[in-house]
Amino acid sequence: MCYICNKIVAAADMGSATLAHAKLLNWLLLLSSLVCCSAAAYVDEPNLSNSFLPHYEPHQGGAVGSSQDTRLHVFTVDYGYVQIPYEVTLWILLASLAKIGFHLYHRLPRLMPESCILIVIGALVGAIIFVSDHKSPPVMNSSIYFLYLLPPIILEEGYFMPTRPFFENFGSILWWSLLGSLLNSFGIGLSLYGICQIEAFGLTDLDLLQNLLFGSMISAVDPVAALVVFEEASVNEQLYMMIFGESLLNDGITVVLYNIFIAFIQMHRYEEIESIDVFAGFARFFVVGLGGVFFGIVFGFVSAFMTRFTHNVSTIEPLLVFMFSYLAYLSAETLYISGILAMTSCAVTMKKYVEENVSQNSYTTIKYFMKMLSSVSETLIFVFMGVSTVGKNHEWNWAFICFTLLFCLIWRTLSVFALFYISNKFRTYPFTFKDQLIISYSGLRGASSFSLVFLLPVNLFPRKKLFITATLAVIYFTVFIQGVTIGPLVKYLDVKKTNKKESINEEIHVRLMDHLKAGIEDICGHWSHYQLRDKFKKIDNKYLKKILIREHQPKSSIVSLYKKMEIKLAIEMAESSMKLSETPTASSQNSRNRHVRRLSPAEMKSLRDVLAHNLYQVRQRVSYNRHNLPTNTSEKQAQEILIRRQHSLRQSYRKGNSLPWVNTTEVRYLSLPQGPSQRTRQKARHVTFTGNGHALLCILLQQ
Amino acid sequence: MGSAHSVPAEMRELADRTGFTSEQIEHLHRRFKQLSQDQLTIRKENFDNIPDLEFNPIRGKIVHAFFDKRNLRQESDGLADEINFEDFLTIMSYFRPIEMNMDEEQLDRFRKEKLKFLFHMYDSDHDGKITLQEYRNVVEELLSGNPHLEKESARSIADGAMMEAASICVGQMGPDQVYEGITFDDFLKMWQGIDIETKMHVRFLNVDTIAHCY
Repeated sequence: MCYICNKIVAAADMGSATLAHAKLLNWLLLLSSLVCCSAAAYVDEPNLSNSFLPHYEPHQGGAVGSSQDTRLHVFTVDYGYVQIPYEVTLWILLASLAKIGFHLYHRLPRLMPESCILIVIGALVGAIIFVSDHKSPPVMNSSIYFLYLLPPIILEEGYFMPTRPFFENFGSILWWSLLGSLLNSFGIGLSLYGICQIEAFGLTDLDLLQNLLFGSMISAVDPVAALVVFEEASVNEQLYMMIFGESLLNDGITVVLYNIFIAFIQMHRYEEIESIDVFAGFARFFVVGLGGVFFGIVFGFVSAFMTRFTHNVSTIEPLLVFMFSYLAYLSAETLYISGILAMTSCAVTMKKYVEENVSQNSYTTIKYFMKMLSSVSETLIFVFMGVSTVGKNHEWNWAFICFTLLFCLIWRTLSVFALFYISNKFRTYPFTFKDQLIISYSGLRGASSFSLVFLLPVNLFPRKKLFITATLAVIYFTVFIQGVTIGPLVKYLDVKKTNKKESINEEIHVRLMDHLKAGIEDICGHWSHYQLRDKFKKIDNKYLKKILIREHQPKSSIVSLYKKMEIKLAIEMAESSMKLSETPTASSQNSRNRHVRRLSPAEMKSLRDVLAHNLYQVRQRVSYNRHNLPTNTSEKQAQEILIRRQHSLRQSYRKGNSLPWVNTTEVRYLSLPQGPSQRTRQKARHVTFTGNGHALLCILLQQ
Repeated sequence: MGSAHSVPAEMRELADRTGFTSEQIEHLHRRFKQLSQDQLTIRKENFDNIPDLEFNPIRGKIVHAFFDKRNLRQESDGLADEINFEDFLTIMSYFRPIEMNMDEEQLDRFRKEKLKFLFHMYDSDHDGKITLQEYRNVVEELLSGNPHLEKESARSIADGAMMEAASICVGQMGPDQVYEGITFDDFLKMWQGIDIETKMHVRFLNVDTIAHCY
């Protein structure tokens, strides 16, 4: 019987694989058609505009002002008018199609981070532009990046940050990101300066400040890309938060460093920099950072207060959210304070109160729009990156690039181990060697370091091309090679430590113990400093909530009451049916035990697989994905229970019984799978176990 | 919190008996007071205040284990109605991590204690054996979170596990032999491959210094 099940599984897998292949083929056709279309567009255009402003051209063809033909043109083409928006839209569409294809083949997202596909698309677009000899490659300048492309990414990171784990680990995260960035920047910068001193490499014109600046740019990590791969390997929550928090703060810190170094360089002469300037630099660093946070909190409260009054104009609620965060960013930038940190703290502050105040639709809109905006920004940055790759502005210098790569890896590992050694002394939950190894390996570089290097002013950096090439090399290396191998590495480290579960008993026992451990940890309360949190909650309830949150709406409470009643009823039914079904089997238990037969290994294996895949997950996992929204589990649970209850009611009407679950073998759950694991869903769809259970019982009773 | 003040005598006695350090006892005492809302004893209802515990499928068994008299090292049997701080500490001491300075005999005893705690979780009717019904109960609870697994499959898994246990513990059985249930010694045999010491401890209790930033 299990053999049959296995066959069904194999056939279904093949079926789904061919289906996926068919879909992949469809997507490829679509993609190639789009690519051809865009290539045609590039080849076609007559006039090129270097600016981002549309320029107006008379559409009426040659009828006015031209002496060549005086006929009225029925059909004219004016590509120059729409060129810029047209191309931008095309890139975004291309990237979206690529993402669709990427996720269609379900194993890909677990193998490599999504940045890989974005880089490939960017390189593709760059290749097309290069080949078609487009005379105006897309230009990204400093103001466009900092004013338009960066804020959506930052806002999205801040808004979707899981606040409770973040603040629980806040000390470690701050320590690690702050000192880690500083250590990395200075370390890489100084080491590269040392290398540049060696005559043989031809790099002696790079002075200390330039190297330090390069170090600060290249140490901007984007480890969020690796988080999806981590989820697959069920990395523990603390580690997850460290990496997430690091990426959040790292952006802000590197930009601050970048600005400080540029200011130093603009002070012209090296000798003019005295120690007072260095101290001023340090002080400025702190002012900028803390000022940004303060700004953000103020703006967050203001916007939360505004949303209290919007229930008659609910369509402007998303607007309030976005505009206030953007305003926070811009105001901070005016004062040369870190806009990134301002926007982040604004989003974090605002989120809790806004979510209570806005309507359900606005809430959904905000989430989706944010993801969409940040996705678009990231795509555009990667396209620019791809275009720069396939281009003429490169300078390859083996020594510089190889040493940069080397130093990036070395310094990251060094800083991880050094800083975590110290912070472990103060943590209740110390990070193991394995955790630290994973953190040091997850230093993927991404869009931010590329943008920073691209925007270097050429007059101050005559060897800008060298920097660009080096940064691109590091990004490609880390994203492709590290990004793809980090998944297997994590799995390897995990597998090595735990024992292989050979038997069902072991699986059950170990899982029981995991749950037990989690339960005891919850009882001991080691997951949070309860006192601090309680105090904050008290202040929150007493003052903040009264000011910032609207009066409770009666409509939603009825819905939640209904849901609660349904859940309670479902639980009662479950309990009563369990008691009923226990009694008839107790008597036959003895006879059953008598006739024992050894299960074949295939049967054991299938039982074990079912167990492994379906055991309840130990804790609600923190999950952040830059490119997708998490599913709403509590809603699904309520839906789940409603469906089950309706089905059982239907059964009871059919049979005329008051208790619907007397015949437990025939009840099937036609329901959506719970939990994010796609593997579970696929396996569960194909493996059915009623027949198996029956057969097992028959064997046991020898009938 | 300062540790320089003099340690009262009861604290030292508790420390000796349960093996915790005084900082750990202080930390647990704070938690105990929070759970019991400043009363001297905890009842089962006090565990309802812990929000994270709601999601735990074996929640009932865990709370039950706290009140189980066998775990509290009392000679009698059955369930206690309420436990005081000393009992709380006794239960927590099952989850202490192993220390470097333990010798073989201590390690073995420690291991047996932890396994006994687990055994009591399975054996809900306190008869010293895990019967098929009790095992089924455990598996069903573990699988309770998943909607598309039916009760029958949970049962068949438990049956399979029981048969496997039988084959490990008793070897080949004749056609008339009845396998009554897993006794504690059989349980020990099943656990030989897994090193429970590294799994069954709560890491936070490893605090040596005064923990301020978690």
